[in-house]
Amino acid sequence: MATFKEFRNKVKPNWCPGCGDFSVQASIQRAAANVGLEPEDLAVISGIGCSGRISGYINSYGFHGIHGRVLPIAQGVKMANKNLKVIASGGDGDGFAIGMGHTVHAIRRNLDITYIVMDNQIYGLTKGQTSPRSEKGFKTKSTPEGSIESAVNVMEMALSAGATFVAQSFSSDLKELTSLIEQGINHEGFSLINVFSPCVTYNKVNTYDWFKENLVSLDDIEGYDSSDRKKAMATLMEHNSLVKGLIYQNTEQKSYQDLIHGYADHALKDSELNLDKGKFDNLVKEFM
Amino acid sequence: MVEQLSWKVGGQQGEGIESTGEIFAITLNRLGYYLYGYRHFSSRIKGGHTNNKIRVSTEKVRSIADDLDILVAFDQETIDVNAHELHSKGIVLADAKFNPTLPEGVDVTLYSVPFTEIATDLGTSLMKNMVAVGASSAIMNLKCEVFRDVVEEIFSRKGEQVVAKNMEAIVKGAEYVREQDKGNLHQMELAEADGKKRMFMIGNDAIAMGFLAGGCRFMAAYPITPASEIMEYMIKKLPEFGGTVIQTEDEIAAATMSIGANYAGVRTITASAGPGLSLMMESIGLAGITETPLVIVDTQRGGPSTGLPTKQEQSDLMAMIYGTHGEIPKVVMAPSTVQEAFNDAVEALNIAEEYQVPVILLSDLQLSLGKQTVEPLEYDNIEVRRGKLDEHPDLPELDKGEYFKRYQVTEDGVSPRILPGTKNGIFHVTGVEHDETGKPSELASNRKNQMDKRLRKLKKLPEVFPTPVQIDARYEEADVLFVGFNSTRGAIEEAKGRLEEEGYKVNHAHIRLIHPFPAKEVKALVDQAKKVIVVENNATAQLANIIKMNVGSQEKMESILQYDGTPFLPGQIHQRSKELL
Repeated sequence: MATFKEFRNKVKPNWCPGCGDFSVQASIQRAAANVGLEPEDLAVISGIGCSGRISGYINSYGFHGIHGRVLPIAQGVKMANKNLKVIASGGDGDGFAIGMGHTVHAIRRNLDITYIVMDNQIYGLTKGQTSPRSEKGFKTKSTPEGSIESAVNVMEMALSAGATFVAQSFSSDLKELTSLIEQGINHEGFSLINVFSPCVTYNKVNTYDWFKENLVSLDDIEGYDSSDRKKAMATLMEHNSLVKGLIYQNTEQKSYQDLIHGYADHALKDSELNLDKGKFDNLVKEFM
Repeated sequence: MVEQLSWKVGGQQGEGIESTGEIFAITLNRLGYYLYGYRHFSSRIKGGHTNNKIRVSTEKVRSIADDLDILVAFDQETIDVNAHELHSKGIVLADAKFNPTLPEGVDVTLYSVPFTEIATDLGTSLMKNMVAVGASSAIMNLKCEVFRDVVEEIFSRKGEQVVAKNMEAIVKGAEYVREQDKGNLHQMELAEADGKKRMFMIGNDAIAMGFLAGGCRFMAAYPITPASEIMEYMIKKLPEFGGTVIQTEDEIAAATMSIGANYAGVRTITASAGPGLSLMMESIGLAGITETPLVIVDTQRGGPSTGLPTKQEQSDLMAMIYGTHGEIPKVVMAPSTVQEAFNDAVEALNIAEEYQVPVILLSDLQLSLGKQTVEPLEYDNIEVRRGKLDEHPDLPELDKGEYFKRYQVTEDGVSPRILPGTKNGIFHVTGVEHDETGKPSELASNRKNQMDKRLRKLKKLPEVFPTPVQIDARYEEADVLFVGFNSTRGAIEEAKGRLEEEGYKVNHAHIRLIHPFPAKEVKALVDQAKKVIVVENNATAQLANIIKMNVGSQEKMESILQYDGTPFLPGQIHQRSKELL
């Protein structure tokens, strides 16, 4: 059985020293090994931005696509081969700005993939512009007077959109993050894991220390029940979504592929491509 | 007795114009007549003038007729808008309910038939369509019984009585017209057809059937006119083959989901029209640089922007050839008949996998939606070829951290391909320039190697592509060579025939492989002609410019352009050619 080392390749990440994305990379590698995957069983699909490079840093099948389109690509992969474990990953700009339309629909479609967002509340690769996750008043190159737009509250949004698995974590907490990714992979449906992954170069507000001070662990909330959607929403609102842990999971909702009428038992990629003559003749007759 | 005639039914959208046309046309098709239909409709569900014009012939027809023999009108607007199309012996069958009148200067025969009243007396005004079908059958001297099969198919689930009532409506309509005979009833008696069984379908049906027969098992698409029928057919049929369709949130998702699915090994397609293709452009570039097979149908309609969403145009040509930033190998195919649409759909899937490139299957509104008689599609033409894809490879273990050379530089430019999930086959895919294993690389030498490799993949395609140009060239020294693509073929063929009757030597080339351009074949034909007339439904002579660019001979080139939303009529091409000759 593969260990997390088998999920390492020889490519040296081009992230800044201290970037939160290193821990996310390590957590995915560990989680993949912990749930018993071999490298060829995993496809990591990623978007564009610093974090989007992650698919190239993990020894598995990987597809680094175009900006904002990680989710449709990942869903296409899963549709073609349901035997693959598919992890989609990217930054907050990728998933909640240019790709937000896909995020909402991937959530409500509920295909069995895991979406890990490395949320640093800033655009790093383009050198420091505001992101839809930047707080109001946040000063960046594109908002020199401070952002006057509200930050999108993605955890509340995900719950509203009908998510069946919503979690949030912090890249300093490797153990919890690894565990959440394992749970996400094992969840039969769409799992969204938002990871606060600080940008040490461009975000001087939402730093490691800031998160340590402001994040509330759901483990510390007495009687928190992640199967209670109403409670989950109330808790998010109460803490301005600055919580970490498994926020909500619905284990009853079937995943998209389990609901498709007439869907093959085998992976679609293994379909018989040739039509037999009898079936073809029937198709022709329908137009006569 | 006539060998062919044109029949048109018109009224308000949502009033049953479609079903009247369907019952009439399916019946005639089954009797062995050849049909060719043209629907005039608007981008709304209820209201607004709509009509369905159907040409009926004992011989093969692939174009709308210049004029009209019979007009069935459910409102006065239908007469006002369409009566001028009728020739002098033409007949109008109109619902007596609105006291029909002929516009000034139109000298044809008007039969005022109480469509609605007869139907209402029989139980429901909904059957006025059946009365109109019956009235039409009297003009053509068809027996009412010929409609029974189709009527039973449509209404039998509602009970025998409903079938009987509808048949009665047809009979009553026919009887009424016969009683009113104004002395011209037998002028349009249709000559008997051969009774052979043929298909009656739109191009979109054939495209979808081609995909199904070619092994497509997944489709991701967003609804749009005039492409949606492809998705609807796949939704209906794919479950029988274990496959499925996802209706995505937009066309970007449709294209990128198709890329993901093709990468992972299932033959996947998407279909759209101009606005959707505009949104897919970045994805097409991704498929190009990642060498992922991708098949996209573009059913052209009037552009730009929302343009004329329900009207004929062929103005996406340049965008399909050149669209996406940067440079990629790409194939653009343009079938000109329903049979070709079927065959090219199969072939698009093969080419996309053999060359690992995006393929645009170009159609246009008239080919996609014009319902017509088609010789039964042939099973023997179907072939599945997947090129260098190794579906079950036994690969040697890779050194730790090393990747499979998915982008290996090869002589023909096509690299070995395996699917994710394969043991010892891990490779990376990225839209960033990459090396042979798919890892990002900005090295100048690597960039050149990978660009050259990708761009040489299609060099030989025009030579190996079956029939890149449909050629009808009898004359070694022709007065004129007509060139077109997609649905203009039939109208050009008829115009050619008329010019030949007048003594002109006319050749015709219909381009089926638009890109890479079959320059050799086209140049030979251009050299044989004194003049080249390129016929296309756009305003900027896009195909003519492509020919000039690839073949030269600017001095010979003339264009017949039409961009008012209507398909060419043979007479228009004939007339305008004579002005140029």
